[in-house]
Amino acid sequence: MKVHLTRRYLFSASHRLHRDGLSESENQATYGKCNNPHGHGHNYALEVTVSGQVNPQTGMVCNLVDLDGAVHREVLDRFDHENLNARQEFVATVPTTENLSEVIFNILKQSFTAAHLEKVRLEETMMNSFEYAGGADLRV
Amino acid sequence: MVYLTRKCEFSASHYYHNPEFSAEENQRIFGKCANLNGHGHNYTLEVTVKGDVDPKTGFVVDLKALKEILNREVLDALDHRHLNKEVPEFLQQIPTTENLAIAIWNRLQGKLHVAKLHRVRVYELPDLFVDFYGEA
Repeated sequence: MKVHLTRRYLFSASHRLHRDGLSESENQATYGKCNNPHGHGHNYALEVTVSGQVNPQTGMVCNLVDLDGAVHREVLDRFDHENLNARQEFVATVPTTENLSEVIFNILKQSFTAAHLEKVRLEETMMNSFEYAGGADLRV
Repeated sequence: MVYLTRKCEFSASHYYHNPEFSAEENQRIFGKCANLNGHGHNYTLEVTVKGDVDPKTGFVVDLKALKEILNREVLDALDHRHLNKEVPEFLQQIPTTENLAIAIWNRLQGKLHVAKLHRVRVYELPDLFVDFYGEA
């Protein structure tokens, strides 16, 4: 029986949406208040969905202690209370939540192998969220 | 095709224990969930059905009928119960959220005559939920 399991985590970080290749007015037109010069912060909520067969010995898809460990070590320790623009992951890209979703998915794909990573869902505020499934179609 | 989700809550107690494991293994694998005195959760259940909208009623499914099926098949059996001791599925199986989602699916499957069961989502906590789509 294939089951999907989702765990939710919180972290806080700052960012500024700005592209060096654009003029000041173009940046302002594209990113609006997200382009304000000193950046701003969000409380992000990250949902990580993994899937797999339920192990008949444990009743689990994967041990939550292992999933929590990987997410804490690889994602939360890396981004919580950090300025995303100063991170090496965003040297070449703008730290939009779209790009952050993709970065987090790829990090977890590499570092957590105890179950299949289905998708990550990232809430930037209560009003918007982003989902990335490694290029696969998202499921209802 | 329209998807409709009905949400409800139930409270139950459980513990995780596999008699094939040693005491140390149970403790290592299940952590504080292995405490044989058990503990409880307020679960939230979301049941999603899918179907075409009936042109005469505008419904995918009669919500009152769906609520009655949920109450009869799921909530009456699980709410304010000890899952390990009172729910037949878990006399031989560990009542993890994964197995709970599958058990609820099996209880509902075949009982919905108009719409088709699409997904069972069980929240054990606000930060932990399981989805089951009836896949092998």
